[in-house]
Amino acid sequence: MTDTTTATVDNAPAPGTPLLQASNVVMRFGGLTAVNDVSLTVNTGEIIGLIGPNGAGKTTFFNCLTGLYVPTEGTVTYKGATLPPKPHKVTQAGMARTFQNIRLFHNMTVLENVLVGRHTRTKEGLLSAILRGPGYRREEAESRAKAMEYLDFVGLADKAGSLARNLPYGEQRKLEVARALASEPGLLLLDEPTAGMNPQETRATEELVFAVRDRGIAVLVIEHDMRFIFNLCDRVAVLVQGRKLVEGDAATVQGDERVVAAYLGTPYEADADSTTADDSTTPEENQ
Amino acid sequence: MTDTLQIRPEAAAAPKPAIPLPTAAARAVTAAGAVLTAASAFLSWTYSSQFPGDLTVTGYPGGLQWITFTGGLLTLLYLLVGYGAPGLRGLAPGGAEGTTVILAVGAAATTWFTLIAISVELGGLANLTTGGWVAGVASLLAVAGALGLPRDGQHPQGNRLGVLLYPGKRPELRPAEPMPAVLEVGVVLLTLAAALGVFAYGVDTSYAELFAGFLILTGFAAWALNRSGDFARLGEIMQRHRVLASVGAFVAAGLFPFTQTGGSAEANANLGVSILIFAATALGLNIVVGLAGLLDLGYVAFLGVGAYTAALVSGAAGTAFNVQFPFWAAALLGAVVSGIFGVLLGAPTLRVRGDYLAIVTLGFGEIFRIVVQNLDGTSGPNVTNGAIGISNVPDLNILGFDFGSAHSFGPFSIGRFANYFELMLLFTAIIVLVFSRSANSRIGRAWVAIREDETAATAMGINGFRFKLLAFALGATLAGLAGTVFVHVNYSIVPDTFQFAGPTPPNSAFLLAAVVIGGMGTVSGPLVGASLFFLLQAKLSFLHDYQLLLFGLTLILFMRFRPEGIIPNRRRQLEFHESQTEGGQEGPTPELRTAEA
Ligand SMILES: Nc1ncnc2c1ncn2[C@@H]1O[C@H](COP(=O)(O)OP(=O)(O)OP(=O)(O)O)[C@@H](O)[C@H]1O
Ligand SMILES: [Mg+2]
Repeated sequence: MTDTTTATVDNAPAPGTPLLQASNVVMRFGGLTAVNDVSLTVNTGEIIGLIGPNGAGKTTFFNCLTGLYVPTEGTVTYKGATLPPKPHKVTQAGMARTFQNIRLFHNMTVLENVLVGRHTRTKEGLLSAILRGPGYRREEAESRAKAMEYLDFVGLADKAGSLARNLPYGEQRKLEVARALASEPGLLLLDEPTAGMNPQETRATEELVFAVRDRGIAVLVIEHDMRFIFNLCDRVAVLVQGRKLVEGDAATVQGDERVVAAYLGTPYEADADSTTADDSTTPEENQ
Repeated sequence: MTDTLQIRPEAAAAPKPAIPLPTAAARAVTAAGAVLTAASAFLSWTYSSQFPGDLTVTGYPGGLQWITFTGGLLTLLYLLVGYGAPGLRGLAPGGAEGTTVILAVGAAATTWFTLIAISVELGGLANLTTGGWVAGVASLLAVAGALGLPRDGQHPQGNRLGVLLYPGKRPELRPAEPMPAVLEVGVVLLTLAAALGVFAYGVDTSYAELFAGFLILTGFAAWALNRSGDFARLGEIMQRHRVLASVGAFVAAGLFPFTQTGGSAEANANLGVSILIFAATALGLNIVVGLAGLLDLGYVAFLGVGAYTAALVSGAAGTAFNVQFPFWAAALLGAVVSGIFGVLLGAPTLRVRGDYLAIVTLGFGEIFRIVVQNLDGTSGPNVTNGAIGISNVPDLNILGFDFGSAHSFGPFSIGRFANYFELMLLFTAIIVLVFSRSANSRIGRAWVAIREDETAATAMGINGFRFKLLAFALGATLAGLAGTVFVHVNYSIVPDTFQFAGPTPPNSAFLLAAVVIGGMGTVSGPLVGASLFFLLQAKLSFLHDYQLLLFGLTLILFMRFRPEGIIPNRRRQLEFHESQTEGGQEGPTPELRTAEA
């Protein structure tokens, strides 16, 4: 597991120190084990990819990390502290995410969406909102300036006033990223950020992810677009039927025949003597 | 090529008038009809003075004839606007012809309503004099003329509601250049004065027929002004002079008791203060329902908590505690106790979502009423005097100002209910301030985010439960505050006032309807909705038996045709009607909207 961090930012913690550590996470829904004993470490300054066929449990794993699901077993620590399984506390701690099926606040403006993202980094309570003292005005103005900055960063500054639901699809994805960034995370989790995008938009998203990393934010990204993943990621983990099959750099993963098998099906001649991914109860280590 | 040929005739068909007349002829007919309609108000319409308002006098309009008169003049005004009369051009930025049609229909509707009411009440068409027939025919003539005018605006195709939509939709207006500030301030003041005038007239209508006629014309006029784009323009101007507009609105409202003179002044002031209490409570509910999106069906209980708290410390005879707090302390206590109840009820109920929340709040609302009923000394300790309630709540006396007696200000004299009206207006101002400031803040954004998508909101760091509880508690606090005045205005309080549904406000169903029909998430929506509802049930008391039925019908019609309410939130309007204007841009593909967290 060599660290391939290249870009760092002065104010970021020393590169290569573990940021997120998920150990032995298990998630069961009744009889279905959607995530089975998955461990994953994300270090500062890294871009990590998470791939796997449909239904492999990638999103479920994300949900376990961000507190949307309470893992059946296992722990998740962020910067050394165990994360409580409450989404708002996870965000407070410094992990922000986007959703596979875009979940914007559709009837709020683009700017308001990002302002909601600033929630954990602002403090005014009800009373100061009603009294509107100078402190309140300052913080609100600051919040707006910051929000505009994030919109500018993803290239949506000129759409600040329109309703989120009126944005074209690609821009909605960008807005989700801006909203997540507004919470000033140390780790950004992206769930299929290029789904439904054309090649140009995908390339732009690639640039965006690099730019995010250059801000000192580590990224964990789920994606089906292999070119996107292998261009981008320092390390890639492959999830198949809830288990982590392989983890390594692009070359390692691309060269691994089990991955090819998981995606393309098992070659006919190998069928006889090897247990494959279609039987998740068999430990892969046997192969 | 063939495709365009097929589409063309349809597109061209829309602007064809319903009655094919040369434009000049249509204008002439409309003008003649409108003028004659207005003039007919000066004739006698019936032989008998038994019909309320005495429509037998020739030479001077009475009662409902004033409404017809106004309708005729308004039709004429917008006809002139459409003709391009100098100085009037700016009055219909969204098109004058459609507006004229609406006004002509409105004038005809209220005129014919009057004629039919006369015939029904006095027993037969024979009771109409020539004047009445002139009015009826003239108003129809104006409609016929207006239907011959060239059509403007946008015409939705293939809608089953073809008749209703005949006047067309106003085209999207781009914001206008600001006018000189003096002029704009003038417009703001004039609008406020007009609003006060219309409201005062509506409250002062002394018989149901007059109110019904008034309501018909007001409804059509509001539709017309919306269609003409005047409301949109006014909105822009008000937005530019926000402070003036809101302070002015409260000053205008404060002048309301002074517009009420004569025998029914006190009754009207009573109506006014009841409307204010109802509206302020609805605004509190709007935080819970409109902003945070929590369906609370037991909200009226919080009004009750505030009212009972204030009653218990008012020094009323026979209460459990024989204490008399100064009113500021009682009001504060009522608000705080109500807020605490909000937290107590919210903490267990807010753990369920959606429909379940509605059911649980409905239950808690009833529990409040039943508990209060049973704290009577027999079934439980005597705190609230059970079903009999607390009576003889003394009038307020703040800094020597006795709310129970009439006071003179120069030439004006205002009575007991008017005193309370001014007090409640102050409270309403506080509630409006709290609502609008919390709505436009980090807190309000968190509420709206929860309403929009609770999962995404929590993923953005919002503690869903805590903020829902805050909305619940704040809503309860504001209702409690309103309740403290409520009990003093009414002298007494009984548990049965605080039901889920009943023929008279306040009850939870009416409050909710005022919010939903007024416009969720807005400040003015619930105020308008509440006024309308309250006036409707107070003025049309002959409908008492059918009130709940009509009430349900209104709700259904609104949900079908104007789900965003009378005064739409900018966001919600886009949400509901965007598909008609922009071809509806759906964000994520439907397939992606399925599973996942
Ligand atoms: N809340 C739930 N209850 C029951 N089963 C669930 C739940 N959430 C996910 N699953 C199941 O867990 C499995 C993994 O789903 P998940 O959404 O994590 O897959 P994924 O790897 O994200 O797939 P995709 O690439 O299609 O997004 C699926 O079989 C799914 O049906
Ligand atoms: Mg997924």
